[in-house]
This record gives sequence, structure tokens and C-alpha cells, in this order.
Amino acid sequence: MEWLNVLIQGSLLGGIYALFAIGLSLSFGIMRLVNIAHGDLIILSAYVALVVTQQTGLDPISSLVVVVPVMFALGYAVQRGLLNFTLAGGLLPPLLVTFGISIIIQNGLLQGFGAYTRRLQEGSIETASVQLPGGISIGVYPLLVFVVALAGVASLQLLFYRTGIGRAFRAVSDDADTAELMGIDNRKLYALAFAIAMIFTAIAGVLFAIRTIFDPASGPIRLILAFEAVIIGGLGSIWGTLAGGVLLGVAQAIGAAFSPTWQILAGHLAFLIVLIVRPSGLFPRTRD
Amino acid sequence: MSLLQTKNLSAFYGDFQALFGIDVTVGEGETIAVIGANGAGKTTFLRSVAGALPVARESVVFDGEPIGGRSAHDMVLLGIAMVPEGRRLFPSLTVEENLLLGGHTKRAGTWNLKRVYDLFPRLYDLRHMPAPTLSGGQQQMVAIGRGLMSNPRLLLCDELSLGLAPVVIRDIYASLPSIAAERTAVILVEQDINRALDASTRFYCFLEGRLALSEPSKGFDRAAITAAYFGF
Amino acid sequence: MASERVERATRASRTAAVCAVPFLGLLGSLPWWGDSGEMRLVAEMAYYLALAQLWNLLAGYAGLVSVGQQAYVGLGGYALFYMTGVLNMNVYPAFVLAGVFAGLISIPVTFAVFRLRGAYFAVGTWVISEIFSLSASLITAMGGGAGTSLTPAILREIAAARSMRETIIYFAALTSSVLVCAVVYLLLRSRHGLALTAIRDSEPASASLGVNTFRTKFLIYVATAACTGLIGGLIFLQKLRISPEAGFSINDWTVVVIFMVVIGGIGTIEGPFVGLIVYFVLREFLADYGTIYLILMGAIAIGVMLLAPSGIWGFVVQRHGVQLFPIQRRLVLDSRSTGAVERGSSR
Repeated sequence: MEWLNVLIQGSLLGGIYALFAIGLSLSFGIMRLVNIAHGDLIILSAYVALVVTQQTGLDPISSLVVVVPVMFALGYAVQRGLLNFTLAGGLLPPLLVTFGISIIIQNGLLQGFGAYTRRLQEGSIETASVQLPGGISIGVYPLLVFVVALAGVASLQLLFYRTGIGRAFRAVSDDADTAELMGIDNRKLYALAFAIAMIFTAIAGVLFAIRTIFDPASGPIRLILAFEAVIIGGLGSIWGTLAGGVLLGVAQAIGAAFSPTWQILAGHLAFLIVLIVRPSGLFPRTRD
Repeated sequence: MSLLQTKNLSAFYGDFQALFGIDVTVGEGETIAVIGANGAGKTTFLRSVAGALPVARESVVFDGEPIGGRSAHDMVLLGIAMVPEGRRLFPSLTVEENLLLGGHTKRAGTWNLKRVYDLFPRLYDLRHMPAPTLSGGQQQMVAIGRGLMSNPRLLLCDELSLGLAPVVIRDIYASLPSIAAERTAVILVEQDINRALDASTRFYCFLEGRLALSEPSKGFDRAAITAAYFGF
Repeated sequence: MASERVERATRASRTAAVCAVPFLGLLGSLPWWGDSGEMRLVAEMAYYLALAQLWNLLAGYAGLVSVGQQAYVGLGGYALFYMTGVLNMNVYPAFVLAGVFAGLISIPVTFAVFRLRGAYFAVGTWVISEIFSLSASLITAMGGGAGTSLTPAILREIAAARSMRETIIYFAALTSSVLVCAVVYLLLRSRHGLALTAIRDSEPASASLGVNTFRTKFLIYVATAACTGLIGGLIFLQKLRISPEAGFSINDWTVVVIFMVVIGGIGTIEGPFVGLIVYFVLREFLADYGTIYLILMGAIAIGVMLLAPSGIWGFVVQRHGVQLFPIQRRLVLDSRSTGAVERGSSR
């Protein structure tokens, strides 16, 4: 029963990792852009929520009403105004520009908010739990996060496979030049893709910050976790990203069962193993 | 007034000049052919008109408006559509999704999904298949249909016969009269000279980025074409 | 009949070589007229320059953009502390072996990361560094997460008196830096350097010409790791103390280095020098304003990438064709029949 518990807790943990990973997976799948600032954008969302909750008295989850549109608009502007210009230059420009953005966000937050650790307070839901048969107790909050991740992935699937804009995203991901020849304005599409990725980034940032303390330097580890989830799941597949998040969570839960200090390391090692044994991930889809 | 007119059109790939002062006209609803050996600049010419290559503004005039150098997606909005060399269907999309993608710009006109299926009935049965599973000829039909879905006034066809068996090529070309019937102008870039001349009213022959010959298609002396084609 | 020879030196490079000698002499004399703080600063500049040249070799020439070189800084530091503190080895051989250790560890690392390309390679190297960092915090003999310090006994092995120690470490820093720059320069001048430039320009093309791209990249990666480990040992020898967070800090050892190389001019030997100056000027002048200088460096790096991707030095080269470290080969034709000397240049 102990192992079942580890499996369940790990899977639920995978929910937040999947939410971290979706934004990264989207921007890579559509634009071949690996956003080094991704983790810092998650943290930025948490700080935006902090400000909103402090100014309006709203609880963090309700503050998403403001945080999501703000990050959406920011994402659109950053892609349209900055990142679009890096896509043609090869490997280095997008990598180094997003690297620069990462450093700017981290140090900007440090200057603005100081190095103090913060946490968003949602209330009693943070510690509520549900009892399952067999003596296993599930936290309501991790379950909520997992359901949000599931809903997010499902809605992206719907977007990609049932809408005209989703069709356009898939076409651009396949062959950006021919997509332009068919009348698609790639610049706008990339900006929209990044903005949608930011919706998930904002949700991930707020949900994560309710349960975990954060400070301006908390971004990079989130990027690594997102990256590991994407690689384990396989590039280009949204359901794969969810699976990758869950597997990462389970690996970490197994590590934590041995000793709390092994949790993160166990995740890294699982990533390493997948990298060596099956580098394209478990459910790869992207053509390169 | 002609639908499309290129005036002294020159095109470059970086420092390399691929086109040297090309003058071509296409009338409303006219089908013209562009022939020439490999590397003569035929695809470069189509890409310049389609907006995939930057060129001088006045060198491409469409409906009296200088439009050279506009982006490719703007050209589709204006009514210039491309059927690319090698088909270039979207592999992640089904046949029907590829066609619908062609209609992304929602330009008004007579072409829609049903009419494309009327033109190429075989595609209706294949409509939910992933594009890469189709044969070369079927893919070419999808590519043409995809181009038509944007209701273009000018359709640019790059090497329709590439890699296809003669009987398949015949079927593809049998669809061209229906396109011409809608008053859609067509530029046919072809290596198969006979097909190209049979399907067009006039032709241009390119040689090393320059215009070598420009004549009516019917009854023209083949020996002269051969000379111009190879630059004798 | 024509004869030909390959020339390398330019007038600018000869001038630079001549100026370098007194400059190095000036730096070498610092212990006699400078204080501890100044020596520490110059030593810091020396090892950042070495790290920058090494990262530039990896990323600018071999095309391996690594965001995980801090792994080898930490490995070198930890190896030094372990060998001297736990194995009771003398500090001098331990110093060299630390570099060897880092180089050896990098070999299995390539099995994992060489499967990744581009930005994925970059983040992959970062994860590897995190794995080392976390592993280091689990080693209780090295103080776990809190780290450990060099004992006075080890320090006395370097020299008995403190000022002598500082001087020795200072010279070690200077010498290592000069050596690294020399090794990088000579490597790029050699046949291997030509191979690297070819790989950077077009991997498939160079492979088809018989350049063994995998082996070349592998050798460069391992050699860079070893040298980085050596520098890492030196850095922590001077700091007297190491911890996982400090040893494997991406901010200290990678962010700054990447900014230096990118702003100075990636893919040139002169670039890291320029970037080094920019960084230290910004840091010293803006020291009172917290980490604003880092925000500024980030913004400058973004600007450089978008507007002048070959960096400040690359921009200068494009305008004036200057080379201070001559590695280009120029063909000089000597035609006897006309008595004229023609100069062609190969790029």
C-alpha cells in the first residue's frame, strides 16, 4: 500500500510539473523556440498575483482573472516585439536573448521585491484532504492542480484539432514557409502561440506559489523541471507532456520515499536515464 | 490592362543574382507557361511573384498596383496563390484539413470544399487520411485544391508533373480547364514542354535567369524552342 | 614561375604582441606595488578571462553552446578540496589532478548530452550540473550542503607566510590565464582549429570533406572541461571555502561568462577580452546600485544579439578587418616574371 501511495502522490505532483511544461512545449512545438526565461516567467506570474492579492484583497486563485490577461498580453508583446526577430538567426540568438530576459526578470524582481521568500495564501483548501479506502489520503489541492492540468491539456487538444486556428498552428509547426504561402501571417501566429503558452504559465505560477515558497531566484529550477517533463514525455506531443510530468512526479516521489533530500535528484536521474535510453522521449511527435 | 505584369524583375539570393530583368504579362483568366532548364530561374520567378522573395516594389504590378516585395501572406489576400514545387502538403494534417487550411484567408469566391471535391472526386474518399499517405498524383490534386481554396485570381503552379507517371499527369492537367473556366489566371512552370504548351495560350522560355523567348503556344516551331531552352 | 607562402601575422597583431609584453610585465609586478584587494581583483579578471576563452572555444568554435560549464568549475574545486583535505595530498599535484578529474568526468557526460542538439543540448548540460551539485551536497565528508573549508595545514603547503601565499596564488591565476589563452590561440591556429572553423560554418560540409566532427567536438569538450576544472580549483583555492551552491553556481560561472563572450564577440579570441572589460567596468561603476549592472548586461546582450550578433569586436572586425590574434591564413603569391607581389586572402 505504501507504494500505491507513492504512485498516487507522485502522479498528483506531476500535475504541477505538466502545467510548468505545457508553455515550454507549446513554444518549442510551434516555433522551435526553447525559452530559457520560462521558469522566470512562472515566477513573474506569481509576483504579479502577489501584487494583485495585496492591492485588491482577492485570493490568489481569483486573482488569475487579472494575472492571466496580463501575462497573455505580455507574452504577445514579447514574442511580437522581440522574440520574432530572433527566429531566423539560427541557434544562438533565441537562446541568448531568452537568457538575457531571464537575467533581467530575476534581477528586476530582486530589485523590486527583495530576496525575501513569499507564498500566496489560499486558505484551508491548501491542507484539506480526502480519505480513500486503504488508508490513503489525497490532498484536495494537489488533486485540484492535477484536474486543472488535465483540463488544460484537453482544451489544448481541442484547440489544435477542432479549430481553424489550431489547424494553422499545426501547419506552421510542420512547415512555416509553406504556411506563409497559404496566407498565414506567421508573426501574428507566433505571438498568439506564445501568449497562449503564457496563459498556462500564469496558471502554473499562481497554483505553484500557493503551496511552495518562492523568491526571485526560483525560476531556473522551474525551467529545469519543465524541461525534464517535456523531454521525458517526448517533444511535440501535448499529452506526452502530461505523461512526462506525471513520470517526473512519480520518480521524485520514489526518491522522496527513500529520503527527502533525494527528491529532486531522483527526478534528474530519471531524466538522465530517459535521455540515454530513449532520447526522443516516450511519445514523440515533432518532425525536425 | 493585364492582371499581372512584371517589369524588369530582378531577384537575388544574397549576393547571387537569379533573375535579370524579367518582363512577363498575364491577362485576366489567361493560362501561360514558363519553361526552361533546371536553374533557369522558373521557381525563383514564381516565388518572387508569390512574395516569398524580396524584390523591388515596382517590378511586380498586379491589377495596376505595384506590389513587389510584399509578404507571402499579403499576396494570398490580394488573390495570388501558389501550388509549390514538390506539393509541400502539411504532413500533420489530413487531406481535408490541408484544403481547409488553404481557405485560411477566407477570401470570397466560387471555390469551396464541395467544389474542390467535385473537381477531384477521388479526394472525397480520402479526405480524412493523413496527407503523407496519399500517392504523388493524389497529393498534387490536394495541393492544387488547397491553392484554389483561397479563391485566387492568379494561381502559380510549380512543376505539377514532377515525379508523376504520365497517366497521372494527364488526369491532373484535365482539371485545368475547370480552373480556367472560373476566370482564374494560371502560370504553369513545367519541365514537360509538350504538356505546358498544350495547356497554355502563350509561353515564356527562361535561360539562366533571363527571358530567351516569348511567343504564342499553338503551332510554334519546336526547333526554335529547343534552341532557346538550351541557349544555342 | 610563382612561389607562394602562407602568412598569418598582420601589422595590428604585431603591434599587439609588442604591447602585450610590457603590459604583462606590469601585471607581473603587481605584488610589489599593489595591495591584496587589487591582486584579488586582477586574479578574478584572469580566471574569468580563462573561463570566457574556454566557453568561446566550445560555443563559438565547436558550436557546443553549453550552459553547464559551472559543473566543471565545481568539480575541479571539490576535487582539490577532497584530495588535499581527505586524501592528504600535497596541494600542488592536487591542483593539476583536479583538472584531470574534471576532464575524466566529462567523458561519460558526453554520452548523455551529445544526443541533444541546440538549445536542448544547452539545458541538458545545465541539468547535468544540477545533478553534480545535488550529489555534492550529499557527500558528508565534504560538509554536505554547507560545504567545507581549506585547513590551515593545506594553506601552509603553498607557503608559510600569508603574503607569500597570496603572491603565489596571484601568479598561478595569471599564469593559468595566459596559458589558457595561449593554448586556445595555438589550437585555433593549427590544423585542428581550421577543422573547428569548418565545423562551425557547416557541419555536413566539413564531414563530407573528411573532418571527423564527432571526435573533434568530443576532444574539445573534454579538454575544455579539464581546463575549466583547473581554473575551478584555482578559484576555490583563493576563496578558501567551497559549497555546492558556490561551486556549481550558474550565476557566478556561466551567466557572467556567457555575457562576456557574447557582448565582446563570440567566435573570436579578442572578443572575450572586450567583454571582460565591459563587465568589470559595469560592475565597478554600478556597484552601489545592487544588481542593476546585471540587468544592464542582460539588456546589452539582447541588443547585441539582435543588432550586432558578432559582438563589439565582431563589429570592429567587419568595419576594419583588424586581427590582434592572427589565425587567418593569407596566401601570398610571388610572381617572378612580373616582379610584382600579389596578395590574396583566404577566409
